[in-house]
Amino acid sequence: MSVASMSMWCRASCRASSLSLLVGGSTGPLLGGIHNNALVRTLSSSSASAAATPAAAAAVAPEEPPPVEVFVNGESVQVPKGVSVMQACDAAGVDVPRFCYHQRLSIAGNCRMCLVEVTKSPKPVASCAMPIMPGMQIHTETPLVKKAREGVMEFLLANHPLDCPICDQGGECDLQDMSMAYGSDRGRFVEEKRAVEDKNLGPLVKTVMTRCIHCTRCVRFATEVAGVHDLGVTGRGGSAEIGTYLEKALTSEMSGNVIDLCPVGALTSKPYAFTARSWELRPTESVDATDGIGASIRVDARGHEVMRIVPRLNESVNEEWIGDRGRFSYDGLRRQRLDAPYVRGEKGAPLRKATWKDALEAAAHGLRSTPSTKLMAVAGKLADAESICALKDLMAMYDGQNLQVEGVTPSSDAADVRSSYVFNSTLERIEEADAILLVGTDLRKEAPLLNSRLRRSAVYDCVPVASVGPDVDLTYPKKDLGDSAKAIDDLLSGASAFRAVLDGASKPAIIVGAHVLSRPDAYGVLSKCVQLANDVGCVSGDWNGYNVLHECAGRVAALDLGFVPGPKADVATAPGFVYLMNADDEATLASIPEDAFVVYQGHHGDAGAARANVVLPGAAYTEKGATYVNTEGRVQRTKRAVPPPGSAREDWEVVRALSEVAGLALPYDDVDGLRVRMAEVSPTFASVDSVQQSTIWLNGSTYAASKGSSKASTAPFTSSISNYFQADVIGRSSKTMARCVETRGEMYAKTHDVGSTLGELGEPSAHPLGD
Amino acid sequence: MASRTLPLFSCVAHNTFRSHMRLFGSGGGNGLSAVSGAVSGGVVGVVGAAGAVGSSHLLLDRGLAVRPFTSGKKSASASSTFVQSTSFASLPLSRSTSSRDHVASFSTNSHDHSNLHQPDQPDNSPDVHWDFTEANYDKVAEIVARYPSNYKAAAVIPLLDIAQQQNDGWLSVSAMNRVAAILGMADMRVYEVATFYTMFNRSKVGKYHLMVCGTTPCMLRGSRDVYAEISNHLGGVEFGDSTPDGLFTLSEMECMGCCVNAPMIAVADYTNGTEGYTYNYYEDLQPGDAVRIIDSIKDKGISSVKIGSQTRGTCEPKDMQTSLTSTPPGPFCRPLIKKEAEQKA
Ligand code: SF4
Ligand code: FES
Ligand code: FES
Repeated sequence: MSVASMSMWCRASCRASSLSLLVGGSTGPLLGGIHNNALVRTLSSSSASAAATPAAAAAVAPEEPPPVEVFVNGESVQVPKGVSVMQACDAAGVDVPRFCYHQRLSIAGNCRMCLVEVTKSPKPVASCAMPIMPGMQIHTETPLVKKAREGVMEFLLANHPLDCPICDQGGECDLQDMSMAYGSDRGRFVEEKRAVEDKNLGPLVKTVMTRCIHCTRCVRFATEVAGVHDLGVTGRGGSAEIGTYLEKALTSEMSGNVIDLCPVGALTSKPYAFTARSWELRPTESVDATDGIGASIRVDARGHEVMRIVPRLNESVNEEWIGDRGRFSYDGLRRQRLDAPYVRGEKGAPLRKATWKDALEAAAHGLRSTPSTKLMAVAGKLADAESICALKDLMAMYDGQNLQVEGVTPSSDAADVRSSYVFNSTLERIEEADAILLVGTDLRKEAPLLNSRLRRSAVYDCVPVASVGPDVDLTYPKKDLGDSAKAIDDLLSGASAFRAVLDGASKPAIIVGAHVLSRPDAYGVLSKCVQLANDVGCVSGDWNGYNVLHECAGRVAALDLGFVPGPKADVATAPGFVYLMNADDEATLASIPEDAFVVYQGHHGDAGAARANVVLPGAAYTEKGATYVNTEGRVQRTKRAVPPPGSAREDWEVVRALSEVAGLALPYDDVDGLRVRMAEVSPTFASVDSVQQSTIWLNGSTYAASKGSSKASTAPFTSSISNYFQADVIGRSSKTMARCVETRGEMYAKTHDVGSTLGELGEPSAHPLGD
Repeated sequence: MASRTLPLFSCVAHNTFRSHMRLFGSGGGNGLSAVSGAVSGGVVGVVGAAGAVGSSHLLLDRGLAVRPFTSGKKSASASSTFVQSTSFASLPLSRSTSSRDHVASFSTNSHDHSNLHQPDQPDNSPDVHWDFTEANYDKVAEIVARYPSNYKAAAVIPLLDIAQQQNDGWLSVSAMNRVAAILGMADMRVYEVATFYTMFNRSKVGKYHLMVCGTTPCMLRGSRDVYAEISNHLGGVEFGDSTPDGLFTLSEMECMGCCVNAPMIAVADYTNGTEGYTYNYYEDLQPGDAVRIIDSIKDKGISSVKIGSQTRGTCEPKDMQTSLTSTPPGPFCRPLIKKEAEQKA
C-alpha cells in the first residue's frame, strides 16, 4: 500500500472519530491497551449510528468522557481522550510520516519517523506512541521536526541498500516516497553497510532482508492478526534481523498480507517477483470469488494477463486483508483454461475442439431430447448469479425441476428462508458475539479472514469459543466438544457445560460450516442447530447469531435464486441430461450416471470438463462483470479486468445463446435485463454491496417440513475444505498453490514445536497437472 | 582456499554487498557511502558476477576475502558485528560442516556467528531430544513458581540459563524449544530472547568460556594485549574460536561492570553441568596474568585461581586510601537530614 493511500484512509477513519465526538460518540479501548484497531472499529461504527440519530447516540452514551481539545499547528481539534498525538494530527488532516505504525496492529514506536514537536517537551516525540493531553500544542512543520525526520531518514537509509531499480516495491514504497520528502541526495555514512541473509519464508513471500527497516509490522501482523508465531526479531541493535530463526515457511493462510504491510521491499510477492512494475499495471476494483467471504480486491493486469491481486479496504468484509488463495491463485487463471468449445463425438471418444455453433447445437439437442423428469442442472462453487439465473430460467422452459447447488444436499426447502442459509450476524458484527459455537467447520481453511476476526474476539476480548467438529488449531483457544451430532444433542439437553456459557451470553452466535449442508443428514443436523439457536437466544432484537458459513462464492446466490429441486422434482431419478455450471466436485460428478449427457460450462479443464459430452467455455471471475453473493448475503459485483481467453464468453451469454439455439430464447438480451430478472426472482439482488438483513426467522420450524432425513447420523463432522490452497479449480490449476501444498505438507510432516500453532493441512498431494 | 558456492545472495554479507552497491548505488544518495566503504575496506573478495541479483549464486574465494580494518591483527575494539571474526583456518566444534561456515553474519555475540539457526547440524536440530535433568526440574519449578501463572514467560531467561549450564554451555534448538514448551511460549519468542542476550551461546563452546572485556576502560588498560596473550598462548585462536581440544573458547564481551579493575576477563566453567557451574571474573590483569590463570585452570581446575582482582583486595586503592578519608560533606539524603534534625531537637 502506498503512503498516500494508507495515510489517506486512516485519516478518513480518524475524521470519522472526531465527527462522532461532536455528537457524543465513543472512544472505545484506547491506546493503553494493545489493540488499537478496536478504536477504529468503535469509532467508525459509532459515527455511523451517530450520523443517523445524533440525539439518540448522545443519549445512549452518557458515560463517555468529553472530547479533548488539542492544537495541531495552531489549529484546534477535538479528539477522544487517550488517542495518540498521531491520531490527533490525522484528525486535523495533517499528515505525519510513519513506517511502523499501523492502525490494525499494536503500537511499536520503533521507526521514529513520526517525530513531531510538542510545546514544552524538550525533545521531539514519537507521535504514534504518545497519548494526547488536554491543550497540547503539536507542531509538525517546525525546523526541529524537519531536522528530526531528516535525521531518522538518514539513519534508515544508512543501512538500506538503495536498490530501487531492482526492487519490486519500487514505485509503491513508503521509504521511497518518504525519502522524496525527507531524504538527502547524499549520506554521511561512510562505514560499511550491513547486509542480512535472506530468509526463506516459503513459496509466497520473497525476502530481501537487507532492505528491512525493522518496523516489525510483519512480526506484529503474524502474531496478532494471523495468530502464528513464526516471525520474530533475532539479535539486537545493529545486528537485529527479522526472520524465523529456524528456516520455515509461514504457516498462516493469510501470510501474503505481510507483503502489503511491509513499508519497504523487504517482503515482496514471490510469484509476482520481477514480472511487472507497479506503474505498468491496470487496476480494476473487483471482488474475490475464491471463497465465501467475497473480499474486496484490486486486480492488477497488464495486457491480457492478471499480474497480481491485492486487497482493497472494506471494513465490513475483509478489513484490509485477503487470504493467500485469493491473492496468489491468479496464476491458475492462465493455466488449464478452456478457450474453445469441445464436443465428444460418441461415448468413449475424446473431446474435440468444436465451433460454438456445433457445441451449442449438441448441447441443445441433448436438452431437447431428454424428458423433463430427467433434466438436471447443478450450480457449482464458482458460478455467478447471472448465469445461475439464466440457467434456472432455461431449465424452467423445459420444465426441468431437478436443480441442485453443489455442496448442498438437495431439498426443496433448502432455500425457503434466507436466514437459514446466510451468515446472519454479518462478518463485521460477529465481533459483537460474546459466545461462539462452531459446528462442522475449520474456519482457518474455509474463511481465514473470518477466523482472524474470531481470533480477535477470542484472544483480545476473551470470548469463549467452542467447536463441534474437526479438532484443528484455529490459532486461538477453543473448546472441543466432540465431532458428532451427539455434542449438539448434549448442548440441547444441557448436558454440555458450554450450554451454560451460551445461555449466559447476551449475543451468542452459532456458526454452521458448509460441511453440514453437504451431509446426507444435513437437515437433521440443521434443525438441531436452529433449535439450539432458538433455545440459547441467538435471535433477539436486531441480533441474529445463527450463521451459516459458505466456503465458496457461488452458493448463496444459487440459494437466493431458488436453485433447488422444484415441487415436482424427484432427485432420486437418474438424470439423462446434466448441466454443470462450474461444478467440478467429486461428489457431484460421482452422482452422475454413466450414460447421462453432460454439458459442462466453466473456465477450467478440470474434473467436470473431463466428464462432459459438451464443454462450453466460460469466463473466470476476473474476466466478467458478474454478481456474487457472499456468505453474509452481500450482493457484490466483479468487474472485467482482462478478457476471457480464446473464444470463451461470459457465462450468462452462453446460456442465453444456448436457449436460442434450443429454440426457446430467454427473454433478456443484455445483462441489465437479466439483472432486472434476478431482482424479480430475489429482491436482494436489487441492491449491490449491501447486506439485506433477512427479517424472517422461522422460529424453529425452518426444517420442520423438510423431506430430508430428520435424524442426524453419528458420522463425524469435518471441514468442507481439506486442502485450503487447492479448494477450487483455480487453486488446483495454480503452480503457486501447488508449491504451497508441497511446502506446507513437508512442514507439517516435520513439525516438532510444542508451542507452535500449526494445524494439519491434509496430505501433501502431487499437483494434478504436474509442475 | 577452496571456492564455495553460496546458496543465497546475501549470505555473502557485506563483501558482496559492496560490489552490489557499486553496481547499483553509486549514482547518488547513499551510494557515496558504499563507494567509500569499499575504499576503506580494502579489496573486495568477490569472484563472479552479481548481475542476476536476488537469485545468483556467487563464488566467494576465501583467499581473496580481505577483511576490513586490515592492521594485521584484528582490532579487538571493532564492532564484532561488522567484522568477519571467524578464523577460516580452524573451525572446530560445531561450525565444521555447514557451507555457511565462513559467513560473517550479524550475531550480537562474538561466539555465535549468526542470528539464524544454521541447518545441517546433526546435534543441533529440533529433532534431537532434549530435556532438563530431574535435579534441574526442581530448580525450574522453583523459578516458575516465582511468577504469576499467566506471566510464566517471565521465567524464560533463568530457564535458558539453567538449560545452557546443563547443556555444556550452549543452547541447542531443542533446549530452547523445551523451555518454550514448559513456559507455554511460542518457540520464536524464546529464540528472540536467546539471540538478544550475548551471554546465551547458540553453538558449542569449550569447557571453559574465556571472555575478554573489550569495552573502552578495559581497552585503555590493555585488553588488546590480554587478547593477544591468550590468543598466542592457545595457538592462535581468535574471538569466537575454540581450541582444538575443546577446552577453551575465546570470546569478546562488552563491559562486565568491572571497569574499576580493568582489564579483566570472565571465565565460565561448564565442566560439571549445572552443579559445578561457575562464572568468575579475573581482574587487574598484568602481563602474564591471563596466561597464568588459563594454565592453572587447565592443570588444576577453576578453583585453583584467585577470583577477582589479581593484585588488590577488592577495588580499593592499592596502597592507601586517597579519597573518602573523612566524612564527606553534605548534602545528605533526606533520612540523614531528618535524623540530624531529630538529634538536634
Ligand atoms: S520485513 Fe518489512 S514489515 Fe517486516 S520489519 Fe522489515 S521492513 Fe518491517
Ligand atoms: S510510526 Fe511512530 S515510531 Fe514508527
Ligand atoms: S570496560 Fe571492561 S569491565 Fe567495564
